Amino acid sequence: MRQLDETDRRILRVMLREGDLTAAQIAERAGLSAAPCWRRIDRMTREGIILGRSARIDWARLGYAVRVFLRVTLDKTAPRAFDEFVAAARELPEVVTLQTLLGRVDVRMDVIARDLDHYRRIYREKILPLPHIADLESLLLVSELKNDDWAPV
Amino acid sequence: MSARAEFDEVDMAILRALQEDGGRSAKAVAQLVGLSQPACWRRIRRLEEEGVIRGRRVRLDLRRLGYEVTVFLGVKLAARGRASLEDFERAVTAIPEVQLVQHVLGVYDYRLKVVARDLADFERILRRRILTLPGVGEVESNVLLSEEKSTPGLS
Repeated sequence: MRQLDETDRRILRVMLREGDLTAAQIAERAGLSAAPCWRRIDRMTREGIILGRSARIDWARLGYAVRVFLRVTLDKTAPRAFDEFVAAARELPEVVTLQTLLGRVDVRMDVIARDLDHYRRIYREKILPLPHIADLESLLLVSELKNDDWAPV
Repeated sequence: MSARAEFDEVDMAILRALQEDGGRSAKAVAQLVGLSQPACWRRIRRLEEEGVIRGRRVRLDLRRLGYEVTVFLGVKLAARGRASLEDFERAVTAIPEVQLVQHVLGVYDYRLKVVARDLADFERILRRRILTLPGVGEVESNVLLSEEKSTPGLS
């Protein structure tokens, strides 16, 4: 694998800080001229280091005011518990994140709802019937203090 | 909130398209959701103006940059720590390896997401940076194995 040099890292830092910039703006902020900057971005994209851009969506603005993190422990005596649980949970539109973990809990998922009443319905009618749940813990989001994909690049 | 019910199915389809690929032009999105280009552009503009789309973020493959490990931490404050929420919050948000800080209600007080080069690096961050935070009590770690879904399928 090719090692990134300092110029590549500078470009990535600019892009992480502001995701909306055009190629020309990135070049300017990274102190490069446009063509070589674009070539580096293109190469890092082809190499799979830059995966793309995605819109940041404020779900609360859309009327989804409630976000609950569910931490699920599965019944591991069932041989296909993981696969069957994940396949079923993935289909639920209210589940916006689904991750498998190594630790005290097996799966965590983010569920969004319009309000607590709506959440209670989702929880009873859609979450509890999911297969192979041994234990379920809920954390209700109060506020988000930091959320960025920044990493020490 | 005035935003409720003002957004329809087409808006949701636009949001899904832009969450998948935020670099899509209004033209590309218009084709996906079956709108004319100007109509689609107006809707995207409106979603941005209403603060539903809060900009775009670049997605990097952190593994390719040497960050092999992602860990979610549940943090409980010590009984005495509750007096110093602000100190804790200020200190934890300043740690570069901590990507996400959420104040939650439940068995933990805070959820954190930490990226590290490897498990040894994670242990160093945990010992030197997290466990030394003001007011910190119990900490539980869960290592991320796989991301099965991270885009909303909400319709």
